[in-house]
Amino acid sequence: MTQTTKNFVYFAIMAGLLVAVGVIQSWSVSLSIFNLCLISAVMALGVNMQWGYAGLFNVGMMGFAAIGGVAAMLVSMPPVTAAWANGGGDLMMSGLMVVVTVLAIILILRKMPKGKKRNYTIAAAVIAGYFLIRHFYDPAVGAIESTEAAKYGYLGGLGMPILFSWIIGGLFAAGAAWLIGKISLGLRADYLAIATLGISEIVIAILKNEDWLTRGVKNVTGLPRPVPYEVDLQASEWFINLSATFGADPIEASSIFVKLCYTVLFMVVLGVILYLSERALNSPWGRMMRAIRDRRDAASAMGKDVKARHLQIFVIGSAVVGIAGAMLTTLDGQFTPGTYNPLRYTFLIWVMVIVGGSGNNWGAVLGGFVIWFLWVEAEPIGLFVMEVVTSGMDDGSALKAHLIESAAHMRMIMMGSILLLVMRFSPKGLMPEVVRHHD
Amino acid sequence: MEDILNSIILLANFVIVPGMTYGSQLALGALGVTLIYGILRFSNFAHGETMAFGTMITIMVTWFMQSVGISFGPLPTALLALPFGAAAAVAIVLFSDRVVYKYYREKKSNAVFFLIASIGIMFVMNGIVRFIIGPKEQRFADGERFIIKAREFKQMTGLSEGLTIKMTQGLTVVITIIVVYALFRFLQHSKMGRAMRAYSDNEDLALLSGINPEKVVKITWAIAAVLATIAGVLYGLDKSFKPFTYFQLLLPIFAAAIVGGVGNPIGAILGGFVIAFSEVTVTYAYKKFLKYLAPEGMEPDSLMQLLSTDYKFAVSFIILVVVLLVRPTGILKGRVLE
Repeated sequence: MTQTTKNFVYFAIMAGLLVAVGVIQSWSVSLSIFNLCLISAVMALGVNMQWGYAGLFNVGMMGFAAIGGVAAMLVSMPPVTAAWANGGGDLMMSGLMVVVTVLAIILILRKMPKGKKRNYTIAAAVIAGYFLIRHFYDPAVGAIESTEAAKYGYLGGLGMPILFSWIIGGLFAAGAAWLIGKISLGLRADYLAIATLGISEIVIAILKNEDWLTRGVKNVTGLPRPVPYEVDLQASEWFINLSATFGADPIEASSIFVKLCYTVLFMVVLGVILYLSERALNSPWGRMMRAIRDRRDAASAMGKDVKARHLQIFVIGSAVVGIAGAMLTTLDGQFTPGTYNPLRYTFLIWVMVIVGGSGNNWGAVLGGFVIWFLWVEAEPIGLFVMEVVTSGMDDGSALKAHLIESAAHMRMIMMGSILLLVMRFSPKGLMPEVVRHHD
Repeated sequence: MEDILNSIILLANFVIVPGMTYGSQLALGALGVTLIYGILRFSNFAHGETMAFGTMITIMVTWFMQSVGISFGPLPTALLALPFGAAAAVAIVLFSDRVVYKYYREKKSNAVFFLIASIGIMFVMNGIVRFIIGPKEQRFADGERFIIKAREFKQMTGLSEGLTIKMTQGLTVVITIIVVYALFRFLQHSKMGRAMRAYSDNEDLALLSGINPEKVVKITWAIAAVLATIAGVLYGLDKSFKPFTYFQLLLPIFAAAIVGGVGNPIGAILGGFVIAFSEVTVTYAYKKFLKYLAPEGMEPDSLMQLLSTDYKFAVSFIILVVVLLVRPTGILKGRVLE
């Protein structure tokens, strides 16, 4: 079998699995899985750009996804004017103080000669800046968080259509990535991994604790949707007629219709990003990236600016993850900073890329589909296995109860095993990178 | 004068004692990470899970011992169960080395592949731990709870501030001192320890002088697993055992190892205390402390807290990032076992 037929077979099997879930479980479940498969594929494309094209080991995906998520919330929620009135001024002032402090430090760095005196001046500026910022920040936060704390207690957002946030989320993530990349891209592979992992934890800590911005662990629920609501559909005549022509129950049909709307939106995004990725990878730029990845010193000797290119791909890849994060929050309809966890939002995406085939965009998409499907379906499968295993046991036995209760954790073991097996026996993944040679 | 004493006791109670305890736990964890890095030359992302696994087995053996009535007097029963947990951790780590890492070692793969493999192991062990003991919090400390209670201390000294030292805090520090002493004796004086240092310093030269690399690797894994279990059990006794917390501990442990100078055992210990004390001091509210020291009428109104406690983990990473930028080799020069 050639690789092309193989690839075709893989995607056909994947489609077959989703159809099987539709028939066995329900079409609604199948569509939910498919929607998250699409988002996972977008995230995997972002990781693939960094790892597959450029060999950058970034394990901070969770942070970028969360930045995308917060963008979705900030763009779509209506502003809380009372909170702005109470604490907005002071908050602006503290923001201004941040800018002033940073400018002062830059000025000192530029104007003063190197040495102890400069270091002390910088330290003094940082301390003075800290107290100035806190002077405005503390009352602002107090005022904002006490504004109808049960309902708001935060500044709200811009009240714009949530679809904008997919772009804004990408831009936010790109900005954060630029800053993080500037700091940490010079590091060796494993230091970069640890630094990005740590920075992503800091991002989550900020989103969880800065209640004035995100309501923290109190969550922001009820984000406006880009698609119609089920109740509105069920009440509208054209929809009732439509579902009648299919012979479907309008309530179930409305839920499927809403999911299909999301599917269309996500497919458009995935299609655009995939098209652009393919174009980029097969352009001179893509070849340069792979040259830098494989023969860094040689590429550098040829006059390629390795540092700048690394920063560039780090920013682009992270932006794609940010877009996916915004899409995810849009689909959830709520922003819940407490639910971000590195196993699910960082390492699982890595498993997708490695299983799919690093360096191959279609591979990353396939990996996103396969791994997300297994991640979701591991629970019913694990439960089924456990029920078969324990079927001979006494119904009241503590072991049986424990085994069935623990079946959900099988998914971790399964993901780890898949990663290790693929790395060992098929290190290039399901769809290996395509390398064209011109003889 | 009394005010000054009171302020010192206050600081000891809320900063020094917790900092020493947490620092010891991080140091033990970081020692394991640093040994693996020195010999196998990769950052082991599964180290937090090794801690969780060893602790889990220890907890289960503790429960068994408690159920048959074995106890350790005033000390926690878990200390008696610890060798079993450590043995289980050694076994699983050696098994993972045999079936996973050995292949990449023989292929002389890039360090990144070891790292990704350790992420795979992390997933698997994470699943095993949750599968066996569940994701919930477990408490398993028993025996005497306190060495000094605040009330007794106040009566003894007549000061208005009390000092509390929990049994688990005292034990943590004492056990860490013993373990670290034994480890350094081993590294400095035993034949195997010297072989390990030689291997870490220069692999090729060590091989030429007849050191068996596979044996060095196995001993390293075993020591790292034992250290991880001790660190995990002490942390669990002191606070509580929860699989997710152990996964999160990986971050400050890495920070400690790198800040101290990765590959350098003394650095790992130093790093552990640097990270622990900076977490505690930056997030401590100094209001009461300053009240004792400030002259009449100058007492602060605010909490005088530099960062809220929620940012505890962030502190270790800010330090890590700064160290990586300013002095990438760590405070003590790292990269090889010294």
